[in-house]
Amino acid sequence: MKRITVIKAVLFAAALIPAAALAYGFYQVYTGADPNALTPNPGDYITDQTGTWTLALLVISLVITPLRRLTHWNEVIKVRRMLGLFAFFYATLHLLTWVWLIHLFDPVEMIKDVAERRFITIGMATWLILFALALTSNTFAIRRLGRRWQSLHRLVYAAAIGGVIHYWWLVKADITLPRRWAVAVAVLLGARLWWMWEKRQRHSFHKEGKLAG
Amino acid sequence: MLIKKPSDIRSSEITPKSLYLRRREFIQATAAGLVAAGVAACTEELGAQGGGLPKLPNVKKGSPFNTTEKLNTYEQITSYNNFYEFAPGAGDGPKNASHNFKPGNWKIRVDGEVAKPADYQLEDFIKPYTLEERIYRHRCVEAWSLVVPWVGFPLKDVIDRAQPTSRAKFVKFTTLVDPARFPMQRTNLLDWPYVEGLRLDEARHPLTILVVGLYGEQLPAQDGAPIRLVVPWKYGFKGIKSIVRMEFVEKQPVNTWQIQAPNEYGFYANVNPMVDHPRWSQARERRLPSFFPTWKTQMFNGYADQVASLYNGMDLRKNF
Repeated sequence: MKRITVIKAVLFAAALIPAAALAYGFYQVYTGADPNALTPNPGDYITDQTGTWTLALLVISLVITPLRRLTHWNEVIKVRRMLGLFAFFYATLHLLTWVWLIHLFDPVEMIKDVAERRFITIGMATWLILFALALTSNTFAIRRLGRRWQSLHRLVYAAAIGGVIHYWWLVKADITLPRRWAVAVAVLLGARLWWMWEKRQRHSFHKEGKLAG
Repeated sequence: MLIKKPSDIRSSEITPKSLYLRRREFIQATAAGLVAAGVAACTEELGAQGGGLPKLPNVKKGSPFNTTEKLNTYEQITSYNNFYEFAPGAGDGPKNASHNFKPGNWKIRVDGEVAKPADYQLEDFIKPYTLEERIYRHRCVEAWSLVVPWVGFPLKDVIDRAQPTSRAKFVKFTTLVDPARFPMQRTNLLDWPYVEGLRLDEARHPLTILVVGLYGEQLPAQDGAPIRLVVPWKYGFKGIKSIVRMEFVEKQPVNTWQIQAPNEYGFYANVNPMVDHPRWSQARERRLPSFFPTWKTQMFNGYADQVASLYNGMDLRKNF
């Protein structure tokens, strides 16, 4: 088996661990086997965990391109789509906790929440971006959209920023954790901006060179 | 003729002499076993026990203010709460960060607009009062709630002893500052020390208590040892913990969470399902442990009959 195939399989299993742990805890609470399995406030805990893992997987998927560039390990790109889809998977679980464990499927409450609370508004927008990216992540869509696919999928940067702002706006006093995610996203997007700027510099240098010559 | 009567007692029924001589031991052992089983059954009934801290003596039970709702377990109450001096956020952070907290040699100052200001050693401060159990609903501003068997005494008794002057309109409470024992006080997470306040009539209300115990035992560190405030019709953050000072003042104190986010937390902080927190609804709550906010939040946390008159004519939307 190819090395990247093995890595991919391992990552797949690892990315499922948080969901599996939550599912097991949910089962224990639901059956009454251990009512405190997910802390005495399981609804809050699940919301927090699924949100955190969404951010984690978004950030990890954003690490892939710089990693490839720095190490010239080209085949690593083959795990990027899977990681992005896992980010969407956790974002969807996170959305479901909001629909079910916070609003008990009440549409009026949900609409009110999206309209009135900016952290919910931006959270919802972020999920919609991830949804669009997940829908167009298959080979068919990539072929069909052609050059537009790349522009569309640059929205992942907006999703990462949106996720961090969503977290920042919802915490009560302690910004330690959202700040950590903000730094991670800033470094990853900063690196891309730096490379873009570098590329443009080289480009204009060549142009000027030609004119002079 | 010799008629042979069968023996009344078959030999198999005769207790061996060695056992017979130990019958007292046997009875004692059995009795002890039954008592132990009984005790175990009782504590189980309570919902869960206690944490092995010293028991408080002479606690009066059966307060008419007690709720009959199902008690939360000791484990739940002590492993899910907020106490920012120990750790940010609700959960078991405060519990885990409070293991080294020893409230020994605690002093309380009562001062300000009072005829009898004084510095007390905690034991002397508590001595004149009768401890009683108060089973109250506890509603956190973060939309979760618990039912807690506190042990304490009415704040009113303390106020009467201090004899506030006519200038006293509010009571301002302050938490201990000691970064060695409260690790988060080394950070600027909140504007330390934690400060809370009550209007004098709120402070004198019979529901308002100073708490020194939980489940019949001394209060554990994460729940505000050795002494805290409990005002059951207000959000939990009004219940300031680890109090070292009660100052009677003329002007309304600015409480810590109001400093932190004045648009989100006010001075009154009365439980009110009609006034939402800017970031979430207060109409419902999660009665822990539960996944779902299916519990409808009651006006003044269900204590409206006792306290609504304190706020006659006040705009509770403005004075949130």
